[in-house]
Amino acid sequence: VKFDSGVLLLSTHRLIWRDQKNHECCIAVPLSQVVFIEEQAAGIGKSAKIVVHLHPASSNKEPGPFQSSKYSYIKLSFKEHGQIEFYRRLSEEITQRRWENMPTGQTIQVNKDRQPGRIRAVGIVGIERKLEEKRKETDKNISEAFEDLSKLMEKAKEMVELSKSIANKIKEKQGDITEDETIRFKSYLLSMGISNPVTRETHGSGTHYHMQLAKQLAGMLQTPLEERGGIMSLTEVYCLVNRARGLELLSPEDLVNACKMLESLKLPLRLRVFDSGVMVIELQSHNEEEMVASALETVSEKGSLTADEFAKLVGMSVLLAKERLLLAEKMGHLCRDDSVEGLRFYPNLFLTQS
Amino acid sequence: AETILFQMSKQLDMFKTNLEEFACKHKQEIRKNPEFRVQFQDMCATIGVDPLASGKGFWSEMLGVGDFYYELGVQIIEVCLALKHRNGGLITLEELHQQVLKGRGKFAQDVSQDDLLRAIKKLKVLGNGFGIIPVGGTYLIQSVPAELNMDHTVVLQLAEKKGYVTVSEIKSSLKWETERAKQVLEHLLKEGMAWLDTQAAGEPQYWLPALFTELYSQEITPEEAKEAIP
Repeated sequence: VKFDSGVLLLSTHRLIWRDQKNHECCIAVPLSQVVFIEEQAAGIGKSAKIVVHLHPASSNKEPGPFQSSKYSYIKLSFKEHGQIEFYRRLSEEITQRRWENMPTGQTIQVNKDRQPGRIRAVGIVGIERKLEEKRKETDKNISEAFEDLSKLMEKAKEMVELSKSIANKIKEKQGDITEDETIRFKSYLLSMGISNPVTRETHGSGTHYHMQLAKQLAGMLQTPLEERGGIMSLTEVYCLVNRARGLELLSPEDLVNACKMLESLKLPLRLRVFDSGVMVIELQSHNEEEMVASALETVSEKGSLTADEFAKLVGMSVLLAKERLLLAEKMGHLCRDDSVEGLRFYPNLFLTQS
Repeated sequence: AETILFQMSKQLDMFKTNLEEFACKHKQEIRKNPEFRVQFQDMCATIGVDPLASGKGFWSEMLGVGDFYYELGVQIIEVCLALKHRNGGLITLEELHQQVLKGRGKFAQDVSQDDLLRAIKKLKVLGNGFGIIPVGGTYLIQSVPAELNMDHTVVLQLAEKKGYVTVSEIKSSLKWETERAKQVLEHLLKEGMAWLDTQAAGEPQYWLPALFTELYSQEITPEEAKEAIP
């Protein structure tokens, strides 16, 4: 049985664990005893952990749960959250070694009557040394990476500034910039990942890339759409297209921007946004309003239907089934019965039988 | 305008070179280190750059961050769809994390909760109702276009501790009238996000399936099972 359900505290001098239920029970490890720490990622049935490797106990060690043990490390298991942040802070404290400059406060009295746990304290010198080296190496790599990252971000920032000033110029001198140049500018923004509300207002987010993408999509989606009754939600499209690509996937924004251009490029598909915000791709030949008529027939046959039932009957996704029924309701063909048991649709007899 | 654009395109080329150098040295770091990814994303956000906006962006092409997050997006969508019938389209970040890791298999790259959140934020633009609701110390992920306003969110947060909530609890914690509490609970029932237990002692309890696994079951290893049984 381990030391369970507690709170882990980090000070400049120590790592302290306190039992959540029994506040009297408190154990601590001086940070000066720590050789090296490593993370273990969470997995199925396992929580994220930090493994803290320790020096052998010194002779003037405070009394604790154990005087000695086989293991030279302790494992801190984070059942809920906090592993990443804690690891970050712990690494900082260990690197800064502030305990060397500051006097310690009172040491805590440690509780003895605890069941056997996993905290032990005897080290092995050779392994210790290797761990030290590994730690230094990892630290060096990480700090180099951060340094390089910071420098890179400085340069990226310059690009952002530059694009802002260009965007302002465009706003001011509307006449001075050609259509082509605007498109070029937008593709630069796209490469850098800079969004610019100014150009988006006036010219939309599309670029040549998105136009090409739109054409590709039109080709790719023709058959799947036909197989699914002429209509698919944008999330379905996203999954379908990206699974097919395998590499160089589309971002959700790429997909939306490309779809927005479908209509203007006179492609056989179009983007449609329902009142609920749900977005779909339809074949041009698909007419949702006509589908409503057949939906009405189906509902009438059965007396009444929920979106789930309708979806199953017709072989559509529940999401789209619901949209169709809502549209039918909007057009006055169906009535809703909204209760705790769910949303059920009935043919609108008020209309037909008056 | 021509000259300014020309200047920009030159600078862009230079930046691309810098990025290539960076990628050469540190692409692995980004791939393997979730901490580093967080730093990277945060720094990008600070300067006003979205590395995930487009698969055609430099960041995505050269650092490979794009594919990582877009694929994660697909996996998230699939998990949410598979579990929707059970939880009405609400799932805890923890459970989503577990399920996604399961789907990715043993040899796939590690994925952190932060990664999931970023992928989900990108998915919002697809109009499918993806949302992130803070509850307790964690988040509930919504994957259906159901309308959840502040009242609903607050009740979800209240329910997070035990996995269920009652009308009296809502009234005493939030100081609402019965009618308001009932409306919210009925909405959650209708959306399939809450289940009603009328057989509970006292008054009916409204349970959230999204919170079931989190609170009432825990997968354990065979060793842990052995240790737990005396």
